[in-house]
Amino acid sequence: MWNELRSAGVIAALALCAGARAEDARRSGFDDMGPGTQAMQREDSSNPGMLSALEGESLWSAPAGPAQTSCASCHGEASASMKGVAARYPAFDTASQRPLDLAGRISQCRDQRQQAGPLPRESRELVALTTYVGLQSRGQPIAPPEDARLTPFRDAGKALYSQRMGQLNFSCAQCHDENAGGHLGAALIPQAHPTGYPLYRLEWQATGSLQRRLRNCMIGTRAEPFTYGGLEYIELELFLMQRAAGMAIETPAVRP
Amino acid sequence: MRAPAAFLALAFLPGPCQAAELVQYQIENGEIRASLTGQPGNPVRGRAIVAERQKGLCLLCHTGSFPEERFQGDLAPTLAGVGARMSEGQLRLRMVDGTKVNGQTIMPPYYRIDGLARVAPAFRGKTLLNAPEIEDVVAYLRTLRDDDAGQSK
Ligand code: HEC
Ligand code: HEC
Repeated sequence: MWNELRSAGVIAALALCAGARAEDARRSGFDDMGPGTQAMQREDSSNPGMLSALEGESLWSAPAGPAQTSCASCHGEASASMKGVAARYPAFDTASQRPLDLAGRISQCRDQRQQAGPLPRESRELVALTTYVGLQSRGQPIAPPEDARLTPFRDAGKALYSQRMGQLNFSCAQCHDENAGGHLGAALIPQAHPTGYPLYRLEWQATGSLQRRLRNCMIGTRAEPFTYGGLEYIELELFLMQRAAGMAIETPAVRP
Repeated sequence: MRAPAAFLALAFLPGPCQAAELVQYQIENGEIRASLTGQPGNPVRGRAIVAERQKGLCLLCHTGSFPEERFQGDLAPTLAGVGARMSEGQLRLRMVDGTKVNGQTIMPPYYRIDGLARVAPAFRGKTLLNAPEIEDVVAYLRTLRDDDAGQSK
């Protein structure tokens, strides 16, 4: 019953999403947090994720590579050039013929344009730059690009989302669609919207990426996580961003 | 795609295959009648397994009569009274592989190693519980006859 009722609710909610916005039953992880953690996210002065954004801001204009160029040399003011960018990633990269997430694009610029070498996944610098770029889209609705080249990857992400994995044999959908709002031990299961990333997680005592979050979920199911930067994570992100289309970017969010 | 490749690799591994170590069992009418060990389990040890978060994981989803355990989940029916609702054989099948009862269930298969995808290396080829532990848990669940006793919900 507990399950059936909940999935009936989710199905009804999805049906409604198509039409009336007012009936949108999608909830950001923010909506499920206590007032203290919500206030921590809302106030920039108390949001620890802002430290990462600040670090990103100084990296944005720090010269690097043989030509001593910075992101700002090419892109100017991030507040203008980077506005809305995070809301439409992952995007298709023609050069590599595959989708790139925002961190992947930043690392690619760093490697090929600045010629300063790629930034390792989850490195402080990459998380900081991604947070700073993400911040420029805060409040904007998630707007996945209508690019047919992304479709097979998004479909693959959807398949991954419903695939059972790990020794515990759970799929993402079983927790985040069928049991969202329920409690796994003490943890409230959120609907898994990628609205806040990179975000500061109290459990990490750090700002981290969506891939780090997904890795945590996979380890929780006793599955072998995908490799950081791997196509599977980007496929999952494409699907999650589509599922969250229209919801507001919160970067940098705070989560328990 | 990946799973079959992994299984092929397993088949070529030298030495004894883990699968051979799993006790064979028979499902009849939604039950596994025979004890996996040929012995009755120990309900006291069973209770400890159910209560222990890292071992049984049961209370991540179920509630039950465990006043000492805080933060019980609410994704599954209470275990209180389950010994009156189900026979020993039904409980054993539910523990061994709940997907045989309900293909969509979220309850992990506690005594199965095949048909699982991307299992982390540390857990690969291992069941969640071994046969004596399954029997201990079944023996404990059999003692849960009273629907009202100590329910936390
Ligand atoms: C067994 C349950 C379970 C499974 C399976 C699971 N998750 Fe999660 N997930 C959680 C819980 C619980 C949280 C909340 C964080 C916490 O407290 O650990 C969470 C958090 C998240 C978040 C963060 C949401 C936010 O507001 O920041 C995302 C995104 C997510 N999961 C995606 C996934 C994806 C994709 C998969 C499959 C690869 C997956 N999860 C598998 C339980 C699960
Ligand atoms: C991740 C969630 C999860 C975990 C962990 C879990 N279960 Fe379950 N269990 C369920 C769900 C959900 C059901 C309801 C039936 C279904 O989904 O098929 C269930 C059903 C049962 C039933 C049948 C109850 C009834 O009234 O029909 C028993 C007995 C049971 N579980 C025992 C256990 C024990 C003992 C453990 C730990 C060793 C455990 N479960 C771990 C989710 C879980």
